[in-house]
Amino acid sequence: MPVVLETRGLDKHFGGIIAANQVSLSIEKGARHALIGPNGAGKTTIVNLLTGVLKPSGGQILLDGKDITYLEPHERVRLGIARTFQINQLFADLTPIETLGLAISERLGLGKDWWRIVGSKAAVTEEIIELLERFRLGDVMRERTGILPYGKQRLLEIALAIACKPRVLLLDEPAAGVPEDERHEILATVEALPKDVTVLLIEHDMDIIFSFADRISVLVNGALFVEGPPDEVARDPRVKAVYLGEAFDA
Amino acid sequence: MAIASDSRPLAAEVAYFLTRRARWSPLEIAFWLLALASIWLFPTKHLILTEICIWAMFALSLDLILGYAGIISLGHAAFFGLGAYSAGLIGKYGFIPEPVLALVVSGLIASVVGFATSFLVLRGSDLTRLMVTFGVALMLGEIANKFSNITGGADGLQGVEIGPVFGTFRFDLYGHTGYVYALSVLFLMFVIARRIVRSPFGLSLQAIKGNALRSSAVGIAVNWRLVAIYTLAAGYAGLAGAVLAQTQAFASLEMFSIERSADVLLILIIGGTGWLYGGLIGALIYRFLQDELSGLTARYWQFWIGLILVAIVLTGRDRIGRWLTPAAKLADDVAKLRSGRPQRARR
Amino acid sequence: MLTILFDGVAYGMLLFVLACGLSVTLGLMNFVNLAHGAFAMAGGYVTVVLVNRWGVPFGLGLPLAFLAGAALGAVFERTLYVHVYAKSHLDQVLFTIGLVFMSVATVDYVMGSSQQFVNIPAALQGQIDLGGVGIGRYRLMIIVLCGLLTVALQLILAKTRFGSRLRAAVDDQRVARGLGINVGAVFGLTFAFGSGLAALGGALGAEILGLDPIFPLKYLIYFLIVVTVGGTSSITGPFVASILLGVGDVAGKYYLPTLSAFVIYTIMIIMLLWRPQGLFSRATSR
Repeated sequence: MPVVLETRGLDKHFGGIIAANQVSLSIEKGARHALIGPNGAGKTTIVNLLTGVLKPSGGQILLDGKDITYLEPHERVRLGIARTFQINQLFADLTPIETLGLAISERLGLGKDWWRIVGSKAAVTEEIIELLERFRLGDVMRERTGILPYGKQRLLEIALAIACKPRVLLLDEPAAGVPEDERHEILATVEALPKDVTVLLIEHDMDIIFSFADRISVLVNGALFVEGPPDEVARDPRVKAVYLGEAFDA
Repeated sequence: MAIASDSRPLAAEVAYFLTRRARWSPLEIAFWLLALASIWLFPTKHLILTEICIWAMFALSLDLILGYAGIISLGHAAFFGLGAYSAGLIGKYGFIPEPVLALVVSGLIASVVGFATSFLVLRGSDLTRLMVTFGVALMLGEIANKFSNITGGADGLQGVEIGPVFGTFRFDLYGHTGYVYALSVLFLMFVIARRIVRSPFGLSLQAIKGNALRSSAVGIAVNWRLVAIYTLAAGYAGLAGAVLAQTQAFASLEMFSIERSADVLLILIIGGTGWLYGGLIGALIYRFLQDELSGLTARYWQFWIGLILVAIVLTGRDRIGRWLTPAAKLADDVAKLRSGRPQRARR
Repeated sequence: MLTILFDGVAYGMLLFVLACGLSVTLGLMNFVNLAHGAFAMAGGYVTVVLVNRWGVPFGLGLPLAFLAGAALGAVFERTLYVHVYAKSHLDQVLFTIGLVFMSVATVDYVMGSSQQFVNIPAALQGQIDLGGVGIGRYRLMIIVLCGLLTVALQLILAKTRFGSRLRAAVDDQRVARGLGINVGAVFGLTFAFGSGLAALGGALGAEILGLDPIFPLKYLIYFLIVVTVGGTSSITGPFVASILLGVGDVAGKYYLPTLSAFVIYTIMIIMLLWRPQGLFSRATSR
């Protein structure tokens, strides 16, 4: 499969702190790639670099071979990269309908319209409904996001990224903070993603990783440590050593 | 999982939900009908009502950036003064004798400067924005002061003559033409603003205000949207200032002052940000208060403004908003009766 | 040229004393206190009353002004400001602007709107001759006094326990609280002290800056410039910024009299765009 997302020697320093150290990733189209590592290893930094929230201190990021290293975040979304945040980043005062409608409109190029009334395009409304049903948000669609229960917010967080119809989806700990009994819903949506969407998943939950990923990269202290198919990584003694104290039952 | 209630299919349900706020509620229609009727109901109060209209326009322009985009400006009077002096100078030197045209030109001048300075408010924290907007207003005021041979300096712009509206309606001493003029401009500005904030663009502004990070993560070019609304708001403030200059045939340096910037902020806060009517309601309340309290201590009116600001903040602006919820609920219930659908009270 | 430099430095040091309280307040509590100038004004007027009307000696009037400012600050902080810390920046702006308006109107009512002067003692009037250059005595006194104050502040910050608690709280409030530092008390004391300094600055500055009811609004922009250009994580930052601003303003008024105001505002805007976090602070985002 062709490589769709690639980093070459990606570096990020904050003063004396090295958050990313010569990270070179190569992700194929349709891959289910997991990025794991101990807390503070720099996983979210990588996502922030990939999406343009942070500018790298060195190195390159390529999407379909095109250099996107210095593109603004919204420009990258236009090219097909979307992400979810580890801590929900939603619009507290907007309803799920409006939230999803916003992303869909932007994607369809209708977001800049200043004379048309919101809700007047059937194409947008259709897609909103489709997403609401897929993520089981229908019963709360008219509520302010700020008052929704955490599980529903998390589903909206993912739905919002999907609304951008990305070619590459970066999921930053999608199950974080979600109670045990609601995790399966999150898992189901992640599993149901279309096969041609490339997914980079950051997770701590090993069950999710092993049921989902076809390739795992291990990040330690900002540098890539080990990379390979799940069973290989699971057996690697160095990985177990790095995760001392963390549950790593393969 | 179908979530439709009543007999409407889901698509129509969602579409209805999104478009309902764009519909003019009966309360709104009543408000504007009353405003129109006020021309004949209060014939002796036209001068005061014109003043209220101008404050309302100014506060409306501030609402666009503060209530909808979350930009705190301490210098919005920069554009107000700019519009006023533009219209005043156009009138004085007879560049454009017809006032409506002069009004549009003044608004454009203000929006051009707004566009130029908008890039300054994109960077930095709230404090930086505060300072930059404050600084720009100070600068424009200084310019007006220094070029006193053109602007009249501290004495204000004298000798302004405004032609008749559409070549027919002279501005009279009792302010009748002035009021109809101001009210019409206000209404037009309001209708356009209302359309804009109910548009996808308007929704994206609310998103930016709520979470700029997430907004850019769904593909919104945050900075350009902010530049756009800031430019529009500057133009609107310029229109308000121009109407003042035209109805009073005068312009003065205090139109750039921090007192004016603070007053409009107060007016908008009293009425409430983010629902467009806040500026209008606030202007009514402000003028009413000014009349009442000036009776008490004419010169020290500023003290009461300060006290009201302090009181509002200490009480909590959202608490005051909650007191007004019954009125919002009433509007909603009336709408419910009209269409036979359940509504959700929103503020 | 040397006179301009000298006057500018005096002006700058005065600005520093006036503004450093604001800088610490912002750094410590992330609180935008636009009413800071009101405390300075209070100090000025207290000194006017004490020295001009009650015949208190100038040298005594200054520390009394400081105490008045500190007391006023302490009272306001505990009764009013404390309720506003957690509120949004907009609320803080509205609140402090409201206080400014109230103070301006009150002073106008009580003391009248004309500019007031403090009767400075004869020993501080006029000039002394230093190597052929005429040095204003009053300005010399300001430089010496403010210089000593700056050194004292730096020592307090660096060498005392209170200073280290303050620095910890500025650095990271939550961690400081977690270490058992009573951040509320630190802040109350610091606010009072900063207000006292502002009042002292107002008293000293009556002669140079002019004292009238609109003082807090007139000089607000200068205080804000000092704080944003100098940053909030040190004493040296605002100090250097104040000196630069003082010298720049005096030089501007002398060499480019018609454009002097523009120079200041333009430099400020450029500064804010180039380094929004200030010239001297560490790049921490707020």
